[in-house]
Amino acid sequence: MAAKTLTIDGKQITAEEGETILQAATEAGIKIPTLCHLEGVYDIGACRLCLVEVTGTPKLLPACTLKVAEGMEVSTDTERLRKYRRMTLELLFAERNHVCAVCVANGHCELQTLAYSQGLDHVRYEYTFPKWSVDNTHRLFGMDHNRCILCTRCVRSCWHIEGAGTKNVSGRGGKSRIITDLNQPWGDSESCTECGKCVMSCPTGALFKKGSTVGESVRDRDKLEFIVNAREKKQWNA
Amino acid sequence: MILNDLNQVKEKEQAAQKKIVLRCCMAAGCMSSDSKGVKEQLEKAVADAGLQSEVEVRGVGCMKLCCEGPLVAVDPKNELYVRVTAENAPSIIAALKGGKANVEQTDPDAAFFKKQFSIVLANSGVVDPERIESYIAADGYLALHEVLNEMTPKDVVETMVKSGLRGRGGAGFPTGLKWGTVAKSPGAKKYVICNADEGDPGAFMDRSVLESDPHSVLEGMAIAAYAVGADQGYLYVRAEYPLAIARLQLAIKQAKQMGLLGAGIFESPFNFNVDIRIGAGAFVCGEETALMMSVEGKRGTPRPRPPFPAESGLFGCPTLLNNVETFANVPAIYRKGAEWFAAIGTEKSKGTKVFALAGKIKNTGLIEVPMGTPLRTIVEEMGGGAPDGGKIKAVQTGGPSGGCIPSQHLDTPVDYESLGKLGSIMGSGGMIVMDEGTKMVDVARFFMEFCMDESCGKCIPCRAGTVQMHNLLDKILKRKATARDLAKLEELCDMVRNTSLCGLGQTAPNPTMSTLRFFRNEYEELLQPDTFGAGATHPQTVTK
Ligand SMILES: Cc1cc2nc3c(=O)[nH]c(=O)nc-3n(C[C@H](O)[C@H](O)[C@H](O)COP(=O)(O)O)c2cc1C
Ligand code: SF4
Ligand code: SF4
Ligand code: SF4
Ligand code: FES
Repeated sequence: MAAKTLTIDGKQITAEEGETILQAATEAGIKIPTLCHLEGVYDIGACRLCLVEVTGTPKLLPACTLKVAEGMEVSTDTERLRKYRRMTLELLFAERNHVCAVCVANGHCELQTLAYSQGLDHVRYEYTFPKWSVDNTHRLFGMDHNRCILCTRCVRSCWHIEGAGTKNVSGRGGKSRIITDLNQPWGDSESCTECGKCVMSCPTGALFKKGSTVGESVRDRDKLEFIVNAREKKQWNA
Repeated sequence: MILNDLNQVKEKEQAAQKKIVLRCCMAAGCMSSDSKGVKEQLEKAVADAGLQSEVEVRGVGCMKLCCEGPLVAVDPKNELYVRVTAENAPSIIAALKGGKANVEQTDPDAAFFKKQFSIVLANSGVVDPERIESYIAADGYLALHEVLNEMTPKDVVETMVKSGLRGRGGAGFPTGLKWGTVAKSPGAKKYVICNADEGDPGAFMDRSVLESDPHSVLEGMAIAAYAVGADQGYLYVRAEYPLAIARLQLAIKQAKQMGLLGAGIFESPFNFNVDIRIGAGAFVCGEETALMMSVEGKRGTPRPRPPFPAESGLFGCPTLLNNVETFANVPAIYRKGAEWFAAIGTEKSKGTKVFALAGKIKNTGLIEVPMGTPLRTIVEEMGGGAPDGGKIKAVQTGGPSGGCIPSQHLDTPVDYESLGKLGSIMGSGGMIVMDEGTKMVDVARFFMEFCMDESCGKCIPCRAGTVQMHNLLDKILKRKATARDLAKLEELCDMVRNTSLCGLGQTAPNPTMSTLRFFRNEYEELLQPDTFGAGATHPQTVTK
């Protein structure tokens, strides 16, 4: 495979053809904030947190789907990008009901961690306080729509790692929501194999294991990556 | 079918032409005020008077002056009856023998008609959209014949490049360049898609073209398919257009029967099938990548580009996607030549553009004008200005992705660049005229609400940003906002425009930004004094 030389944040790096900017940056030790990206499933460029500036391109492009190219000059941490990232996070907090103090993910939530890292200390937009429900009908797991950020990581894991096709998105815009099967209670789902991959994928406290304490609900995300590597690259070491 | 057969159909159709033709509009606008009943009664009146051998009553497509429908035109007398009812039929038939019908007429030589230049709408209101013979009599499918017999796919692309045609779906991307890219993309299977989703509020150009002249779109698609090497086409039509869908189905069937679509077209090795896909009426499904997801049977959400559809589109194959009006331009370009087409319009915007003229204006309906026509000519001369002596305040183009052009800029020529400079876009052709009574903040909120409701919800800036921008506009309108809210709104406009995934979010702030640019005072008049004082950065109190 051909190697490509490019610069990210002024640092000269080489990357394999076909790699994304996100992969190349990660290998070079440059951290780009992400939210909808999940190792093991394909990328969709939805959360817009990983947007980067590319010299010569007027548009901001998502690092998770942008492929490396020879001579590319990428900036991942400009004033403008930092501002947009903070605004994106603010919009998320104002969109649903995130009350960290009483959340199962408090302390190991990707949204919360990102907000800290981006220096977000308050939200300037008016909270919308939407009315969302909690689906507690499943034997093992629960779903709290109040904390969902619609990253669709659960949907992609359920379809493309487990192959169950239980999770889906219904509705449009701010009214979009994650559903099970054809919008049935999770507990009634016949396609769900109870594998728990969706719960492992969730960056927030929207999906959780029942009966575990907050301290216990740390996500076992490496498992997903392990399965995919085993399957696609025939690597069985974790 | 070979050229000879095509000419025979044409000659037969012309020989059967009767002395007098009553053209009766059978497009959705007039049909909603019973033009079907009008046509039936006209036919009956012709029979009652024993005039069947001399008079034809022909159902045709849109005759453009939709606000005065149902319309009936009389050839060759050059008369145009307006607001015809079924009861008027005998009077109209009686008048054929001399005398005057007791039905209102309008001047078919008025500026509204005379200033039009028809390429896309040349057959609209003339041919019978339900009979392929009628289209063939108007030189239909001649261009396809010539392309298949005289030109290589490469020539076809070159001609398109020379014509200078640009996509009529909104962005104005050069059509020849797009065709060339798809033609060059490696792949055994390729697709051609016609985008007939037309979701802009107030726009009905594409619907009219499909209802009035479906074969021109099919012929355009077939020529494009030959150029890029595709053998399968899809027409993506929204479900709200049942008449257009019915006419397309009929047109496809008739073209197949004649060997003008399907396998071995004009007895050449070229095959091309077209199927219709019906959209459920989501605005975002007009966006090309979302449209292709929808055709594949998936949830219609956009995906990041690159890869562009020209390389990896429908089912991962190279795909050419053009708008209805873009395809409808194609047959004429090959019949009359790229030079002919390139001579119409301006330096960078060639040909004509169809607009759906609506809002506070006397004559509403469809107009087709050469690119570069000043807005003033359109709204004042053709449209007849604001009704009841009102004053025009602004013209909105581009729907929820466009902007408002204030009356002091009415001399702007209508072309891609000029409209872009004023912060609006050509768009797909919706043109809404606003008079002095229109509140611009209201307009901005209306379009923001539209984008908020139509956002697919995939990316955060558009999904959550439009909600916040809408709430801020609402707050301003309710006189509860301060200067800091306005600043927040402007900051969000910039952010949503630059960070959204697809065109919907990227252009959702346009109506707000453009009204802020030209009518900022209307916003400021509604603002309340800031209790924190200017420049204060206190965190906002959370209110329920
Ligand atoms: C939200 C959104 C809605 C769109 N709706 C339409 C539409 O209804 N019809 C259309 O032809 N193009 C629409 N477009 C533009 C298409 O994505 C595409 O650019 C166009 O169909 C290409 O055809 P053209 O090159 O012939 O213009 C839309 C784009 C966006 C972002
Ligand atoms: S537990 Fe497994 S099968 Fe069930 S919804 Fe989650 S990912 Fe799908
Ligand atoms: S439930 Fe979790 S993983 Fe699924 S979309 Fe919501 S936040 Fe993402
Ligand atoms: S910009 Fe809006 S419509 Fe487009 S992908 Fe994002 S949420 Fe969907
Ligand atoms: S991680 Fe790239 S857009 Fe979400």
